[in-house]
Amino acid sequence: MAQFPENLQYTVEHEWVGGESLVTVGITDTAQDALGDIVYLELPTVGDEVTAGAVIGEIESTKSVSELFSPVTGTVVEVNQTAVDDPALVNSDPYGDGWLIKVDVTDLGPLLTAAEYQAQVGGA
Amino acid sequence: MTDTTDVTGATAPRRSPLHDEHVALGATLTPFAGWEMPLRYTGDLAEHLAVRTAAGLFDLSHMGEIEVDGPQAAAALDYALVGNLTALAVGRARYTMICDEHGGVIDDLVVYRLADERYMIVANASNVGVVVPALLERFAGFDVTLTDASLTTALIAVQGPAAEAIVVSVTEPRDVGAVTALRYYASTNATVSEIPALVARTGYTGEDGFELFVPAELAPALWRDLLLAGAPSGMIAAGLSARDSLRLEAGMPLYGNELDRTTTPYDAGLGRVVRLDKARPDGTPVDFVGRDALAARHGSEPARVLVGLQGLGRRAARHGYPVVGGTADGAPEVGHVTSGAPSPTLGYPVAMAYVTPEVSGVGTELAVDVRGRREPVRVVALPFYRRPDKA
Repeated sequence: MAQFPENLQYTVEHEWVGGESLVTVGITDTAQDALGDIVYLELPTVGDEVTAGAVIGEIESTKSVSELFSPVTGTVVEVNQTAVDDPALVNSDPYGDGWLIKVDVTDLGPLLTAAEYQAQVGGA
Repeated sequence: MTDTTDVTGATAPRRSPLHDEHVALGATLTPFAGWEMPLRYTGDLAEHLAVRTAAGLFDLSHMGEIEVDGPQAAAALDYALVGNLTALAVGRARYTMICDEHGGVIDDLVVYRLADERYMIVANASNVGVVVPALLERFAGFDVTLTDASLTTALIAVQGPAAEAIVVSVTEPRDVGAVTALRYYASTNATVSEIPALVARTGYTGEDGFELFVPAELAPALWRDLLLAGAPSGMIAAGLSARDSLRLEAGMPLYGNELDRTTTPYDAGLGRVVRLDKARPDGTPVDFVGRDALAARHGSEPARVLVGLQGLGRRAARHGYPVVGGTADGAPEVGHVTSGAPSPTLGYPVAMAYVTPEVSGVGTELAVDVRGRREPVRVVALPFYRRPDKA
């Protein structure tokens, strides 16, 4: 059963955002489950400017590949190298050790609450 | 054949006779060729690697089983298919194809000869609805009966180096000798878990393995027995996702990817299945549907060749991506990818692709346009993975 932590915000593209000005970004439990075993992450690098709604990376599993959209506008301040080295972390702990990037935010994009996101994906 | 229809009139996917087993195992189910089948259970990689190192248990009940009986069964199949089925010995199986009159592939098939006048054809689920009417049309005038047993037959595959020991452990003692003696692409009747089965040493993974054809209503008991029997060896249930990555590593074509109506067996490097030399005992050639087109195609230079590509970067080429002459801007398009994925066994991306003959040589450096960025690839021999010889 997919998890939707209440303290996070979400996008229709299945990213989650934690925090307000310095935010952590990852993909949702629903997204990692749909992808299957993730074998490769392509993420932006520290210092990159990202724009809410723009493609900033790729997440590849044996079965499929998915684009990563930035949920926020700002500057990348940290990239989860541990997850890049061991992408299975994104499957096993998508809201924890499987986070992807941290962004110093100038503008939050359109975000959903946990309940709104859950309604979007039809999860129970 | 009828689709199950719900009250709104929408067509609901068919469920495997093992559906409840998949739900109990927590499988992720996916629509596939009109069926709802397990995509994965625990995880794609674990399932893939279990098949390479121990064994995997697959539900392939969506596949079509078509029985052909009668005094002219062999002759009818020789006319309907590109292979020489008269020459197939009882108890053996053959990979073959049904082509249209232009030589295009309608489906790729495995044909089992069960008796002198009895064959079973295994067709792709997505094509059963086309193959059955095509066969019926081609069988007109032959003394032969066709029975579509797809919905009453379950197919369970045990694939991997531990498969023989696992299948033997559920086989009635008197049948064990016949099962262990099976060669690749051979079959025998055997009782497994007290169920009458056709046990075949066939598969689609590149490993040793067995396919067990059983009556649909008896399949759940066999599935559960096999899961228990295989657990100590590390066997796990494996879904369609692992099946696809396994067959890709093994260089095996998938209908809809490497094969379709616009493709001849020669394009796919499978010209060996076309038996233009089929002849009656008196030496007169046997006609078959597609023969003239395939004979013409056989003698001409191919427009495209199916090759293996090894990815030199980390991003995998996927179905439909353009193959280009190199990583430089402006390098011309030379083909397209038919199947591609990161290879779990090899640790790098692999793909199959149709390319023009001049760039099809092993060692040729090309590139694939992976979502706007050209990733370097090298033409390599197929298969990508070959199982180690038995010690």
